[in-house]
Amino acid sequence: MIAETGLAALWLAASLALLQLVLAFVGLKGNKPDLLAAVRPAAVAQGVLTAIAFALLITLFMRSDMSVLLVATNSHSAKPWLYKFAGTWGNHEGSMLLWVTVMGVAGAAVALFERALRRDTHMATLGGQAAISLGFYAFLLFSSNPFARIDPAPADGQGLNPLLQDPGLAFHPPTLYLGYVGLSVAFSFAIGALLTRQVDASFARAMRPWVLGAWVLLTLGITAGSYWAYYELGWGGWWFWDPVENASLMPWLAATALLHSVTVLATRDALRAWTVMLAVVAFSMSMVGTFLVRSGILTSVHAFAVDPTRGSFILGLLALYIGGALALFGWRIGAVREGAPFELVSRETMLVINNLLLTVILGLVLIGTLYPLMTEAFGHKVSVGAPYFDRIAGPIALALMIAMAAGPLVRWRKDQTRAVTKRLLIPLGIALLLSSLVSALAWGRIGILPFLGLVIAGSVGVASLAPLWKRNLRRTPLFTYGMVIAHLGCAVSLGGMASDSAFTVEKLVAARPGDTIQTAGWQLRFLQIQPIAGDNWTALQADMEVRRNGAPVTIHPQSRFFASPPTSTSEAALLTRWDGQLYVVLGEEVEGGRWQLRIWWKPFVTLIWLGGIMIALGGALALLGRERRGWLMKWRARAAA
Amino acid sequence: MKLILLLFALIATPLAAQTALPPAPYADQQLADPALERKAKALMETIRCLTCQSQSIADSNASMAGDMRSQIRERIMAGEQPEAIRAWLIARYGDWVSYEPTAAPILWPLWAAPLVLLGLGVLLLRGRIKRKARSS
Amino acid sequence: MRTLLIWLPLALFLGFIALFASGLFQPDDRIIHSRLVGQPLPAFTLPAAASDRPPLASSQLATGQPRLLNIFASWCVPCAAEAPQLDALKAAGAQIDAIAIRDARPDVDAFLKRNGNPYARIGLDARSEVQIALGSSGVPETFVIDGEGRIAYQHIGEIRADDVPMILDRLRAAQ
Repeated sequence: MIAETGLAALWLAASLALLQLVLAFVGLKGNKPDLLAAVRPAAVAQGVLTAIAFALLITLFMRSDMSVLLVATNSHSAKPWLYKFAGTWGNHEGSMLLWVTVMGVAGAAVALFERALRRDTHMATLGGQAAISLGFYAFLLFSSNPFARIDPAPADGQGLNPLLQDPGLAFHPPTLYLGYVGLSVAFSFAIGALLTRQVDASFARAMRPWVLGAWVLLTLGITAGSYWAYYELGWGGWWFWDPVENASLMPWLAATALLHSVTVLATRDALRAWTVMLAVVAFSMSMVGTFLVRSGILTSVHAFAVDPTRGSFILGLLALYIGGALALFGWRIGAVREGAPFELVSRETMLVINNLLLTVILGLVLIGTLYPLMTEAFGHKVSVGAPYFDRIAGPIALALMIAMAAGPLVRWRKDQTRAVTKRLLIPLGIALLLSSLVSALAWGRIGILPFLGLVIAGSVGVASLAPLWKRNLRRTPLFTYGMVIAHLGCAVSLGGMASDSAFTVEKLVAARPGDTIQTAGWQLRFLQIQPIAGDNWTALQADMEVRRNGAPVTIHPQSRFFASPPTSTSEAALLTRWDGQLYVVLGEEVEGGRWQLRIWWKPFVTLIWLGGIMIALGGALALLGRERRGWLMKWRARAAA
Repeated sequence: MKLILLLFALIATPLAAQTALPPAPYADQQLADPALERKAKALMETIRCLTCQSQSIADSNASMAGDMRSQIRERIMAGEQPEAIRAWLIARYGDWVSYEPTAAPILWPLWAAPLVLLGLGVLLLRGRIKRKARSS
Repeated sequence: MRTLLIWLPLALFLGFIALFASGLFQPDDRIIHSRLVGQPLPAFTLPAAASDRPPLASSQLATGQPRLLNIFASWCVPCAAEAPQLDALKAAGAQIDAIAIRDARPDVDAFLKRNGNPYARIGLDARSEVQIALGSSGVPETFVIDGEGRIAYQHIGEIRADDVPMILDRLRAAQ
C-alpha cells in the first residue's frame, strides 16, 4: 500500500505542476487574477505531495520492504538503520525522487516566502518552476519509477555498495542536491523576469537570497563530498578532477559568479543580461552534470545507470529547458537596456573581473571534461586529468584570489588608484614577507604553484579582514561579516591545499607486528593485527601506537570485507592534530607476515575543509543579514502605519 | 551524489578479481633517493590505470597499477627520464594513458582554450569599462 | 555585434547537445587497443609457466607461420570461459602460445588441468612486464602474430564461440 500511495502522490504532484503551469500561463496572458490566485496554493500542495512521496520511499527502505524492486536491488535487511535510511538516495531512482522533491519543496518555498518580487514576475517564476518540474516528473514516472513492485519478492535484498555505507551518505548527497536543484529557483526567476521583461535591481534583490541559499548548500555538499572521498578512497587525495567531481564543481563556479553579479545588478542596476545568463548557466550546469553522470558517456560513470534510455531522456530535458531558456534569452534580452559603463577603478569592475575569471575557469573545466568526448568523435582517445586542470585552472584561480582580496577594498562607482593602493599596502607587505619566509624555508623543495598558493593564501587571508579595519564592529552589518568570513574561508582553504601539496610526507612500508616506523616526527609502533566483526562486515584491523613527543595514542586502520555485495574496502585511520593529519592505511599482507602500510603526514590539510565550512558559514550569515534587514524594515513600516 | 558515483565506480574492488601473487617489489616501496622517488611519483600521478580506467596508477589498488608503479620506479632508478617512460607507454597505449594531455595536434585546441577564453573575456570586459580620460 | 553575442550561448549549447547526442548514440567502447598492432613484437624472454610446457621467448614467435599469442591468468574467470574456443582454434590448426600474467606454476598447472591445455609454449610474466610492453590492458587477450613476428591483430576480452571463424580468418590473412 505504501508504494502505491507514494506513486499516487507523485502522479498528483505532477498533475498539480501541470495545473500550476497552465494557471500561471493563462492567468498572465489573459490577465485573470482569479486564476493567478490559485498558482501559489498549487505550488505549495505540489511541494507537500513530493515530500510525502519521498517520506514514503524512506519508510519502504527503513522497513526493508523487499516487494519493492528498488529496495530489493539496493538494500539488505541486515544493514544498520542509518544506511537503510540513507540508502534511499544511494541509487538512481531514489536520488531522482530526491531531486524532484527538492524542486517541489523549493517551488513551495518560493510560493510561500517570496514577497519582494513583483506579482506578475512571481507568477511567471512559479510557472517556470512548474514547467521544469514537469519534465522531471515525467522522467521519474515513465523511466525511473522508484515505487515499482517486484513479484515474487526476494527473500532479501542485494545490499548497498559498501563504499556507500558511510555516514557521509546521509549528509553529502542531500546537501549537494539541495544546492544543485536549489539553483532551479534562480533559473525560474530568470525565466520569469525574461517573460515579464523585469530584469532590474529589485528583481536582483529578490533573487539574491535564493541564490545565496542554494550556493551555501552546494558549498557544504562539495566540501563534505571532498572529505568523504579523502578518507574513503584511502590514497590521501581530496580532489581528483574526475568527470563526476567536475560535474559538481561547475554549478558551484557558475553560482559563485552569479552571486557576485547579482550584487552588481542589485546595487548598480547593471550587468542585466549577464546576470540572467548566469542564472540560466548555473542550473544548466546542474543538469549537464546529472546528464554526464546518468548517461554514462564519460568514463568513471560506468557503475551507475549506463542506460541510454535514461541518458536520452535527460538529454531531451536538457535540450528542451536550456535550449528554450537560451532562445527566450536571445529573443527577449535585446530589449533590455545595458547600464552605463563602469569606471576602471571601481567595485563594479572588480566584480566583473571576478565574474570573468570564474567563468573562464568554468569554461576550462567544461572543455577539459568534455574534450575526451570530442576527440572520441574523431576516433582518438585521450585523457584530460589532474595535471591539465592543476596547471591551467590553478594560476587563474590564484589570480581570482588576488582579485577577491582587492575587490572589497575598492569603492562602488569610482575610486582613486592611490587610495586603493594604500589600502592594499599591508597585505602587499605581508605577501612580501611571506614570500621571503617560504623561499628561505622551502625553495627548491616545493613546486611553483604550492609556493604561490602559500604566499597568496597568507596575504589574501589578511586582506580579506581589511573591510573590517577601522569600522565600528558592532554596527557593521551582518552581510559584511558574511563576506569577510567567506573570503577568509577561501584563503584558509587555499592555504590547506598548498600546504598539503607542498609539505605532505609519504611513507610506504611493509612492516610486521612489533616494528616501529619513524616518519615526519612521528613514531608508529605496529602492535598487532586482529580480526574484528562489525554490523555487516568483518575486518582485519591493525592496532598501532602512535606518538609525537607526547602521550601515545592508539589508531586502528582496517581492511574491511562485506558479504552483500562481496567487496573489500580499506578504512583509513585518521589522527587529527592542530597542525595536520596523520593518515594511515592498512594494505595487503606482503610476505613473511609483513603488512603493507601507507602512511602520510599532511600538514594543515584540514584547513581545506575548514575553509569550505567558513565559506558556507559566511554565505549563511550574509543571507541572514539581508533577510533580517528586510524583516526589520517591514516591521518598522508596519509600526509606522 | 556525484562523489558517491565516483566512489562507486572507482574503488569497489570485487573480491577475487585480483591475483593472489604478492605485489611487485617497487609497487609500494619507495626509492631510497628522495629526489628520484619524487620524480617517479610525479610521473605515476599522471599515468592512467588501465584496469580501473578512471584513476591514476598512483592511487589505485589494481594489481596491474601496482606492476606499472614498480616498473616506473625501477626504470627511474636505472636512470631513465620520466618523459621517456611516458613516451614509451604512449607508444603502447596511445595518448589515453597519459592524464597529462600531450602536444599532439588534436590537443592543441585544449591547450589554446585558456588563452582564447581569457581573450574573449577581456574583449567583453572592454565594452563594460569607461575609457579613461587622458588627464586623471 | 550585440545580436551575435546574444545568440552565441544558444549556438554553443546546440553544439554541446550534438556532442552529447553523438556520445550517447555511439557509446564509448572503453577498450584501449595496443598501438603496436602492425609492428614487431617487443623482445622478451620468459621462464616456463607450466610444468609440462617449454618457456617462451619473442624469437620463437617468428617462425614463418602465423601464430596466436594468448594472454591469460589462472585467477581470471573469463580466461576459463574461453578455453573451449581455444581448443576449437587448435583443432582448426592454429598454433597457440601463451603468457600467464601474475601467476605461479602450481596455479597454472591446476588451471590447465581443469580447463585443458591448447598451448605449445607458456611464458610466465609474474610482474606484467611483457603485458605492458605489448600494450595489453587486461586478461584475457589474444594476439595474432604473423610469420615475421609482427602483431597483426589484437583481440580484447574472451574469445566467444562466434569469434572463432573471425580469428581463423585473421590467421589466414597474416600468412
